[in-house]
Amino acid sequence: MSRIEKVLEGDVRSAARLMRDLDDRLPGAIEELKALHPHTGKGYIIGITGNPGAGKSTLVDALITLYRQARLRVGVVAVDPTSPFSGGAILGDRIRMQRHASDEGVFIRSLATRGQLGGLSRSTFDVASVLDAMGYERIIIETVGVGQDEIEVMKTAYTSVVVTVPGLGDDIQAIKAGILEIADVLVVNKADRDGADRAVRDLFQMLDLRGVVGRQDVEIVKAIATQGTRPESGVADVVRAIDEHRERMGAHEIQRKTERAMAHIGELVRGLLADRANAALRAQGGLEGLAASVVKREQDPYSAAESVLKSL
Amino acid sequence: MSETLRKRRILVAKPGLDGHDRGAKVVARALADAGHEVVYTGLHQTPAMIATAAVQEAVDAVGLSIMSGAHMTLFPAVIEALKKQGAGDVIVFGGGIIPDEDVIELLKNGVAKIFKPGATTQEIGQWVSDNVSLEG
Repeated sequence: MSRIEKVLEGDVRSAARLMRDLDDRLPGAIEELKALHPHTGKGYIIGITGNPGAGKSTLVDALITLYRQARLRVGVVAVDPTSPFSGGAILGDRIRMQRHASDEGVFIRSLATRGQLGGLSRSTFDVASVLDAMGYERIIIETVGVGQDEIEVMKTAYTSVVVTVPGLGDDIQAIKAGILEIADVLVVNKADRDGADRAVRDLFQMLDLRGVVGRQDVEIVKAIATQGTRPESGVADVVRAIDEHRERMGAHEIQRKTERAMAHIGELVRGLLADRANAALRAQGGLEGLAASVVKREQDPYSAAESVLKSL
Repeated sequence: MSETLRKRRILVAKPGLDGHDRGAKVVARALADAGHEVVYTGLHQTPAMIATAAVQEAVDAVGLSIMSGAHMTLFPAVIEALKKQGAGDVIVFGGGIIPDEDVIELLKNGVAKIFKPGATTQEIGQWVSDNVSLEG
């Protein structure tokens, strides 16, 4: 049986290896992914982003529990940053989700950003597609905690959830934070802390100020994710808000999927071009020679860059 | 056309009941500093949980930190759980307060390496770089 067939039958080991090869960008793996494409498009992809320490992983953990109670199979892609110095990474999002480790209806995969900006790795889309093809009904993508401009997740997910906490620095932060604009659902987590109502008010006010067309229907939900699935945790409200957004989006499903595909194709074109440019650069002996000529004023940086591109 | 980028992926896990994960965290940090991707799963992991995480994360190796004295049970149990999940090729190594005669026994039974309390983080990072091969 081919690996693709095994993945489609739900074989976790084969799927995990394929994800690895996709993350490592083996050309053969991309061919396999192409074969999976006809089997994707059924899973509902939810993006979770927000400030570091806002409680994203804890919220994801509670969401998994609720979805499992509803007998939905859940895939999770959790992204953590790669160190720009060592190239290594500590992927610790599983810590908060480990109680689902022995549940066969849950597949959690950690990824490192590997130099990609925007809070996701370059492979996030692909790994989510594998989970989709395997038939996971809810696919949760948790971004790196950055805070102000994590917009990549919006392009990847059908519903974007932004998690914030009280007391991050008053209304000016709420106005600044670019990620709030991408939210379909805003969660004020750790709502048992002082200032939770104030945070909600600030967020409402900000959304009012914005009044961005088509985005007035953002829902703000208070949650205490550490309370798990207890009624007072508010996590059920988060699920409901996601479901309601999903229903609202139902009418625009094709449009949303088309926008997502556009963003993805654009991303791939840029990525593949960058790969070719890097290869061309290496073929010409790398950046150092070019830089030396620029420093000596033998040529300007633009001409140097153009000379590399000409050989593509 | 696209650049491949193989990296070693290591699961650092803390099986059993003891509640000290400082050592495990230091090792996780050291392996990340050596350029590897380290999945850390926290305290109180059962062998089955460790094996599932290792499979889902498609890691090359699993590093176990065991201070409880239950190493003669836990190491074989993790190796067994990995085999059961079709991941018998995953390298298992570890560290902790483990007597020499137990180390010999564990190495005979499929554990690739045991680091004793005096091991430096550089040593561990280097061992992983040298002994965990990148296939493909």
